[in-house]
Amino acid sequence: MDSLIGLLVAAPLLGAAVLLCGGRRLDRTGHWLGTALAATSFVIGAVLFFDMLGREGEDRALHQHLFSWVPVQGFQADVAFQLDQLSMTFVLLITGVGSLIHLYSIGYMEHDERRRRFFGYLNLFLAAMLLLVLADNYLLLYVGWEGVGLASFLLIGFWQHKPSAATAAKKAFIVNRVGDMGLSIAIFLMFTTFGTFAFGPVLENADRAGEGTLTAIGLMLLLAACGKSAQVPLQSWLGDAMEGPTPVSALIHAATMVTAGVYLITRSGAIFDAAPTAQTVVVTVGAVTLLFGAIVGCAKDDIKKALAGSTMSQIGYMVLAAGLGPIGYAFAIMHLVTHGFFKAGLFLGAGSVMHGMNDEVDMRKYGGLRRYMPVTFVTFGLGYLAIIGFPGLSGFFSKDLIIEAAFSAGGVQGWVLGGATLLGAGLTAYYMTRVMILTFFGEPRWKNRPAPSPASPDVEPSAQESGEHAEPHPHESPRSMTIPMIVLAFGSVFAGGLFNWGEAFVHWLEPVTSFEHPHPPIPIPVITAATVTMMLLGVGVAWAQYARRPVPVVAPRGSLLTRSARRDLLQDDFNHAVFVSGGQHLTRSLVYLDHTVVDGAVNGTAAAFGGLSGRMRKLQNGFARSYAVSMFGGAAVLVAATLLMRAV
Amino acid sequence: MSATTLSGAAAAEPVHSLWTVAAEAPSIEYAQLSPTLIVLGAAVVGILVEAFAPRRARYGVQVALASLGFAGAFAAVLALAMGGYATDKAAVAGVGAVAVDGPALFLQGVILLVALVAVFTFAERRLEPRAGGGPVDSFAAQPAAVPGGEGEKAAVKAGWTTTEIFPLLLFAVGGMLLFPAANDLLTLFIALEVFSLPLYLLCALARRRRLLSQEAAVKYFLLGAFSSAFLIFGIALLYGYAGTVSYAGIAEVVEGTVPSPGPALAASMSSDALLLVGGAMVVMGLLFKVGAVPFHMWTPDVYQGAPTPVTGFMAAATKVAAFGALLRLLYVVLPGLRWDWEPVLWGVAIVSMLLGAVVAITQTDVKRLLAYSSIAHAGFILAGVVATSPEGVSSVLFYLLAYSFVTLGAFSVVTLVRDAGGEATHLSKWAGLGRRSPLVAAVFAVFLLAFAGIPLTSGFAGKFAVFKAAAEGGAGALVVVGVIASAIAAFFYVRVIVLMFFSEPSPEGPTVAIPSAFTTVAIGVGVAVTLVLGVAPQYFLDLAGQAGVFVR
Repeated sequence: MDSLIGLLVAAPLLGAAVLLCGGRRLDRTGHWLGTALAATSFVIGAVLFFDMLGREGEDRALHQHLFSWVPVQGFQADVAFQLDQLSMTFVLLITGVGSLIHLYSIGYMEHDERRRRFFGYLNLFLAAMLLLVLADNYLLLYVGWEGVGLASFLLIGFWQHKPSAATAAKKAFIVNRVGDMGLSIAIFLMFTTFGTFAFGPVLENADRAGEGTLTAIGLMLLLAACGKSAQVPLQSWLGDAMEGPTPVSALIHAATMVTAGVYLITRSGAIFDAAPTAQTVVVTVGAVTLLFGAIVGCAKDDIKKALAGSTMSQIGYMVLAAGLGPIGYAFAIMHLVTHGFFKAGLFLGAGSVMHGMNDEVDMRKYGGLRRYMPVTFVTFGLGYLAIIGFPGLSGFFSKDLIIEAAFSAGGVQGWVLGGATLLGAGLTAYYMTRVMILTFFGEPRWKNRPAPSPASPDVEPSAQESGEHAEPHPHESPRSMTIPMIVLAFGSVFAGGLFNWGEAFVHWLEPVTSFEHPHPPIPIPVITAATVTMMLLGVGVAWAQYARRPVPVVAPRGSLLTRSARRDLLQDDFNHAVFVSGGQHLTRSLVYLDHTVVDGAVNGTAAAFGGLSGRMRKLQNGFARSYAVSMFGGAAVLVAATLLMRAV
Repeated sequence: MSATTLSGAAAAEPVHSLWTVAAEAPSIEYAQLSPTLIVLGAAVVGILVEAFAPRRARYGVQVALASLGFAGAFAAVLALAMGGYATDKAAVAGVGAVAVDGPALFLQGVILLVALVAVFTFAERRLEPRAGGGPVDSFAAQPAAVPGGEGEKAAVKAGWTTTEIFPLLLFAVGGMLLFPAANDLLTLFIALEVFSLPLYLLCALARRRRLLSQEAAVKYFLLGAFSSAFLIFGIALLYGYAGTVSYAGIAEVVEGTVPSPGPALAASMSSDALLLVGGAMVVMGLLFKVGAVPFHMWTPDVYQGAPTPVTGFMAAATKVAAFGALLRLLYVVLPGLRWDWEPVLWGVAIVSMLLGAVVAITQTDVKRLLAYSSIAHAGFILAGVVATSPEGVSSVLFYLLAYSFVTLGAFSVVTLVRDAGGEATHLSKWAGLGRRSPLVAAVFAVFLLAFAGIPLTSGFAGKFAVFKAAAEGGAGALVVVGVIASAIAAFFYVRVIVLMFFSEPSPEGPTVAIPSAFTTVAIGVGVAVTLVLGVAPQYFLDLAGQAGVFVR
């Protein structure tokens, strides 16, 4: 069984290698190969899962040592895997959702001539992500971490002919570098403190290290998590990442990669448990992000960006839960899995809508689509109900548990966090209802559009032009796209209830993350009632605003908050003012310094030697007589010097 | 050397037979002297070939003779080294005149290999356009003819070539083999003259630009004679001080360990002025040959004017022989004066490194550039010499091995880049060579990188060895200056590489001639040695380390 772990990673890695190196002859079959290998990985994962179920809780973890990567004295880095319950959860989520999204992409990317490359990148992503969650040490985790960063960069910028996509890819990459730096510093600190990278020794000995060191490691790990999981203050890239193809947004920027930060924090739980300061920062980041993302999501008219704000907000919930310690780890991962289902489903639904609407993303130009896309409507609707926490569906269970845990944090902190999570629940209901109404209800706002401009009537309109001008003919998407949506909708509906059945999920994870029952200061039914009330309030406000009066096709100016929320709460303006222009000033002054001082010194030295050389060269005048004189003079000096040495 | 034997013969019983004197003749260890004897014997045969073989056959016979002579002598050196003469059987041969020990055999081996490769560059006949119906080499058709005169034209038209270059080369090499092995001052002087005179002649034999060539030869001769005068005057002063010319004898007197000095010797021993001035003047004569500042002025002019194969041979082999002699003089004769000559050589090394590197910056001719580079390298090697330790000796031996092949290879490449006027040595013509002839330019770049001491070339290993020895010998400041000089030198080496690879080639630029197998082999050997010594220097460092002890 142990040796199967390597195959989990190897299958998609092989796919990536074959698809990216294989050339054009794979254009016709490449997408099937990629999908088959993703599915293979899922099957292996499932086999390992049932094998794991056959063993007792403490014995469930598997280890596979592949080879010694950097074997030098005092520095051991191994390529070794560890498959425990936490990794298993991720493996199933990644390969399961991944396979569905591969299947979906076959239809979605049908008309793209670089489809083979797209599947190669998707397989590369799967391999890197699996490496990240299967590594048994932080160094190998870092390899996977960078690998998913690369795959994310390649896929966001997949339509590189669009300047906005190229810019978004670069932005995501650069912002992630900040987080990666945090991870590398954390790994350095671990090595100097513990002398090893392996999870086992580091986490078992965590409480023996000084609290200051652990706080530093924890904060650096948090910085890494912020970068990868788009948490404040490194959240700015996620909205722009929606420039990538929609399956990418669903797989990487909603269901799996962006949750890597939550994995990292949960995996390093022992470090955070021993560093309360770092934990406080983690919950603060989570709380701020969950509100931040929700507010941004309320104001966006671009369906994918609204969902991106929602993703940010939901990951905020998970980070908050992970920051609460043993009472929250299991809930964070549980919400992560349910979120993986419903958010992937929502994104695929959004992609299906765009597919039918000529790639239009502005929700103000949708409306009344439920009649044209029934399957999409139903699956999207189920995802919607799940995310707002409608009682009985997945999101209800996982989110409610996080809210309870937040209240249990104790003291003022508990009330603040609990209030923030409740408010977030209301906001979630509001913005998701808004998305739902704008897209599927109301009057169709895409009819009676102005005719194509007569600027170039005889030129065949390009795809982009037709997307902008021609009247769309909404239609249901092909089977390969709807099947994954249906499967994910099942997950959205039932996963939460299933996980919560007799606290199955919590007990499953307990050997890895440990677990304590939360004890909120107010009774649990009251909290549940408050959550449902907030949810209904959010739905009601959105209904009043968007369903009861016509929606203008052009967005009204809106309040100051709306306008700044549309601009992602001014995050880019802040980054630009502080980091970009600050950096530009710094580089300009360094360039000036380089030109004047450094180059001046270098060129001055060179010029000095050149001048010296030119003068000394004149001594070589070509006359044998002056050569002889110089020899004689030199001889005299040498003899004199020899005698002088004796005299001294 | 013969004073004692003559007096011994005079004291013998009077004899009536003409042949019995032979019984009293000194015993000569022919086997141990065989490398030198083989080469000098081949030189004599070469003269006879010139006298008796028909003109058409001479080239082939001479090339074969010279090659076989060098190869045979090298085999003799190898046999001696393997027979233990480099280490435990090291001894003084030829009635105390010649040392057969590690440094001598190592340097003789290097000189012979260099000479063998040099024969190939001398024998190259495909670069010059054919004259008189046959291929010709880069040496004058008839050296005695007035440049530009009728006689020269007739000789060129007839397709004559100067095959005397091969015996001259053999004689020069014979002297060079003796030079680092010389164990008394007279042998040293004779060896110096034996290798210098053929070199003066060879310098004058260029086929193209003969006036420049002859001017170089005359300058070399005049200044060489001047330096020989210093040397012989120094020898006279040392003899006046010690009453002997043998290295071991002088060393004993310097150390004051002579068992029973006579009254005259006791008087002269009390005055160190003779010793100091004499020693300094002998050292000067050797510094002239290695081209160290302030005795370097001949180097650029001679390197530029001499036929390029001769320049390459001279730059490589003379340096090896002269540094060998200098090492033996300083380590065997004058170690007792270490505190006197060390600071002076420090100064010479520093000035050589800096002046060579700085003046090379503004050179525009490839051959002059390499000449100044050789001055700087003389300074680097001197840094190893002043280390006054076995490591110093072995580092110098290694450096000489590395440097000689780089130099020979570099000058061989220079012979290939030609235009209508012969070799195109002006640097501006080398612009863009890398685009036109990437292989030749890449090979030259390897040699330049080795000169600059870039890792993975022999130059780095050599420089590292001498600087390490110097630093361990307490000459840290010298190493600092050496590193700075290396940095300055790297500038002009790399500038040539930039010029070759990153400049636009000019339309009327030179062409790269396709050489025969001779030059190809010479350059190939140069590149191979450069890379092998750069990548895996340890075996050769060990070899030099074993050969680092002088016999006395």
